[in-house]
Amino acid sequence: MAAARASTRPPRVGDSPSVRRALIGVVLVVGALFILAPLVVIFVQAFSQGFGVFAATLAHPDTRHAILLTVLTAALAVPVNTAFGIAAAWAITKFDFRGKRFLLVVIEVPFSVSPIVAGVAYLFVYGLQGLFGPALEAADVKILFALPGIVLASMFVTAPFVARELIPLMQAQGRDLEEAATSLGASGWRTFWSVTLPNIRWALLYGVVLCNARVMGEFGAVSVVSGNIRGQTNTLPLHIELLYHDYQTVGAFAAASVLTVLAVFTIVAKALLERQGAGRARRPSLAGPAAKPAGGKA
Amino acid sequence: MRKFVAAAALMALAILPVQAQSADQILNASYDISRELFAKVNETFVAKNPGKTIDQSHGGSSKQARAILEGLEADVVTFNQVTDINALVKGGFVSEDWQSEFANNASPYYSLPAFLVRAGNPKGIKDWSDLVRDDVKVIFPNPKTSGNARYTYLAATAYAKEAFGNDPEKVKAFIAKLFDNVPVFDTGGRAATTTFVERGQGDVLITFEAETRGIAKEFGEDKFDIVVPSVSLLAEFPVAIVDKVVDKRGSRDLAKSYLDFLYTPDGQRILAENGNRVNDPAVAAEFKDQFPEVRLVTVEDVFGGWDAIQKEHFASGALLDQIYGER
Repeated sequence: MAAARASTRPPRVGDSPSVRRALIGVVLVVGALFILAPLVVIFVQAFSQGFGVFAATLAHPDTRHAILLTVLTAALAVPVNTAFGIAAAWAITKFDFRGKRFLLVVIEVPFSVSPIVAGVAYLFVYGLQGLFGPALEAADVKILFALPGIVLASMFVTAPFVARELIPLMQAQGRDLEEAATSLGASGWRTFWSVTLPNIRWALLYGVVLCNARVMGEFGAVSVVSGNIRGQTNTLPLHIELLYHDYQTVGAFAAASVLTVLAVFTIVAKALLERQGAGRARRPSLAGPAAKPAGGKA
Repeated sequence: MRKFVAAAALMALAILPVQAQSADQILNASYDISRELFAKVNETFVAKNPGKTIDQSHGGSSKQARAILEGLEADVVTFNQVTDINALVKGGFVSEDWQSEFANNASPYYSLPAFLVRAGNPKGIKDWSDLVRDDVKVIFPNPKTSGNARYTYLAATAYAKEAFGNDPEKVKAFIAKLFDNVPVFDTGGRAATTTFVERGQGDVLITFEAETRGIAKEFGEDKFDIVVPSVSLLAEFPVAIVDKVVDKRGSRDLAKSYLDFLYTPDGQRILAENGNRVNDPAVAAEFKDQFPEVRLVTVEDVFGGWDAIQKEHFASGALLDQIYGER
């Protein structure tokens, strides 16, 4: 059938095997050169002086603390942003209200604003020369150059990730099911837990994974508000920069390899989730009637 | 999820007490490439003063000054630019007379712009005059963005002023020719080093003498030679107590004894071992072989101080812009 169709239609780009192979080849070469090669270099450099030096670098208390701090930041920032993302997506897709478009734009602002701008903005709000700085100083509350500042800056940069994953899906799913649940007497909470959440769970996990990856890798905004105190407020990306500037090439690449491994875990998790999500969508019986809109689309 | 958050909160509580405010613990805000140096200094200091803790923060020293103005509670600063401490003076964090609080203008060690050339010095580069030869390519970062390169610019200018009897046109021509010999201006010292070392560009890298040693150590001592020119500019590494912070935290005694330690023979020896020149006569004699004789001029003598330099050379549209823009 495919052959018959091809003969009646004008040929499209990619129809000819040579074009197809050339395109695939270009993508593979560019991908290998620009994405894979630098990643390989990180590991080659990290182990360039043997495993002993690599291990010693990672065992250094400052490096260990940087790893711990990065994980801790993610553990604090990601749940908050997840809750925020669900609430925002829920509000935008299930309700009509004035200023909805404006809210959408606001949620997306961190995507388009450079992280360094976010960092500097936090300086102006919480810094000693800034709005609340003197009051915070008087109350002896430290936000900047301490954990709260790092978490806040990370949260700002990654605020849209979960919401952006959920909004298109929830828009496509519509609000019929929620309306049905409500008309059957379910409370708001019950509707959310039993109807909405099961429908969005894979997209939600996907958003959380992306958000987590970005929090761990965030450099610009955190660099401004961290104060770079070794063993206290130096996150892994900042630690890498410090080692690199200090001519500790192996150390810098060793720390970079840890961050890369964290990122690779994230990508693998994302790939697994995508497969899971696709499997779920194809088996409507498992998810019950809730999966119908998604199933119909696929 | 709830358990996860609770665990995270517990972890936060476990970490936060490390930042406890105590007079036995001070924070030293330093410039970006002094990590290893102060790791060694602190180790020795703490060994001599049990129970004390010195925390380190590193970053570009202008960024560090800015952070302190915004609330980073550093008890002492160890910078590589006098101007950055002056910014703290203007902000009311450091007293006006900070340079008289410690010896040698509050600069426990010093360095100078020097040359790193390829092994065997194939181009025979000995002095500033060799850098304007047509067959020599020079690497240093952009003086508009790098403090390190500003020292290079000023040292070359100081040399030219002497060589041409202060003739401003000839000095300008000399610097313009020097800039012409730079194939690429990186934004910072580290990037310039990469250009010279890893990309193999240029015949000579100009940076602080203290750093040339670090580079040679990291990338292979047999691959490079260090050349110290006949005359160079004194680069001070000023230290100061951040009065506003130590008064609040009650940590002045520890801050003072920490900075005093840098002037003791033990402190000076660590500084010298890391490629910095020191003033302690005994220690200087000990490391005589490492540091070739050089005549050093100061910013005050040649240019009349940092404020004058800013106005004459680095302000928007001033000399540096004119020369850099003409290229």
